[in-house]
Amino acid sequence: MTVFMLDMIIFGLGIYCLIAKRHLIKKIIGMVIIEYSVNLFLILLGYRMQGIAPILSPGQDIVEFAKKGVDPLPQALVLTSIVIGLGTLALMAAYTIKLYEKYKTFDMSEIRKLRG
Amino acid sequence: MKKAEIERLVHDESIGMTLIVKTVARIMIAMILLYGFYIVLYGHLTPGGGFAGGVILAIAYTLMMLAFSRHIALAKLNDFWASMFDNLGMLAFVILGYIGLNVGIFLYNFLGKGTPFSIVSAGFIPLANISIGIKVGACLYAIFIGLSIYGRLVLREEE
Amino acid sequence: MFFFTIILVFMIIGTVIAIETRNMLSAVIAVGAVGFGVSLMFLYLQAPDIAITQVIVEVLSLIILIRTTTYVDNEAIEKRIDNLANIIGLVFLGLFLAFCYWSFAELTPFGSPLMRVGEYYLASGLSDTGAANMVAAVILDYRAYDTLGEAIVIFTSILGAFVILRTRGRKKITEEDLEKVGIPE
Repeated sequence: MTVFMLDMIIFGLGIYCLIAKRHLIKKIIGMVIIEYSVNLFLILLGYRMQGIAPILSPGQDIVEFAKKGVDPLPQALVLTSIVIGLGTLALMAAYTIKLYEKYKTFDMSEIRKLRG
Repeated sequence: MKKAEIERLVHDESIGMTLIVKTVARIMIAMILLYGFYIVLYGHLTPGGGFAGGVILAIAYTLMMLAFSRHIALAKLNDFWASMFDNLGMLAFVILGYIGLNVGIFLYNFLGKGTPFSIVSAGFIPLANISIGIKVGACLYAIFIGLSIYGRLVLREEE
Repeated sequence: MFFFTIILVFMIIGTVIAIETRNMLSAVIAVGAVGFGVSLMFLYLQAPDIAITQVIVEVLSLIILIRTTTYVDNEAIEKRIDNLANIIGLVFLGLFLAFCYWSFAELTPFGSPLMRVGEYYLASGLSDTGAANMVAAVILDYRAYDTLGEAIVIFTSILGAFVILRTRGRKKITEEDLEKVGIPE
């Protein structure tokens, strides 16, 4: 339970950074922190105490493997989620570069004032 | 660009990074590519798989672009071919899915199971891993080209 | 358990540094440190597949972030301090943590997951698919449709990034344009 709460503190700090800061790169950093915290939470849900990794080695008993292995389903979903996070970061970086080239500033309130 | 011109640009000291970085990068790029292929190919036996291996392959080409200049990296794999490998990898994965429609199930595992713990096993999982590895690797290298080149007005018709 | 708590406290300190510091290079490096902490947690939570992927994606995202920020402008200077947004953010953080504490009482306790479908995947993964890596069997055999969806999402996001970044317009590039960007003839 304390592990879950500490993870949600990181998530909350990420959302605070996304809302309250005005620099564009700080907003990107906030989104990256949110992604890390959510992926970690999903893996924390599937952990079994004194478990072993869900990879079979030759000569291992399958019944004992099913009793001691950790959950493979959240791991499969988090694997794709991490690589999707990288694609999203690339798209956000492209937007930021273009905005900086046009408005010469990273500050969100200045960009909102200038028109065209 | 011909081989002689690439050699001349690699040994030129004014472009790219210093000599120590270039020498170490030359050794490390081969090892990173080999490690990436190993992780993709043995994805059904050891931890790894298509996604992790694909990103490792993209990192090898990114190291080439950072240590030497971008001309040399583009001479080895230019932006047209990077985008083309991206599309071909995606197409291969979808075609693997359509073959299963003979039986009536999309993405059906149509090859046999084989002996466990050997490379040729687990149906079409190695083939799907290879196609996804090529796709993700080419795609991330292409976005790195885009971030570092397309921002300035340097185009192919100028060179 | 104690080890997990230590690494999570380290990650919280790294996050606070990444949010509050003014130098952008320090902020990006702090995000990198948090990412490595996450990867270490994955390794000790018996998920080696994901630890490899997280380290590699961390390195590549550090390269992309450094290229966008420190290349042009290294300081994050706020011209006037916006108190309303700060207060609303902190109030939301407190409310969110309170609701989390109340609703986590309903979850299964840490270390004993439900695993109704997971038990079936672990027990009959080798006989159904022939693969020794259960995570690969789940991604590419039991749930291959999700992998197709993920490939489409990456494809679309990279395509969108290209469309935004391309500057090759319809008109021809004249010498004035080259001079404006600063490329010598």
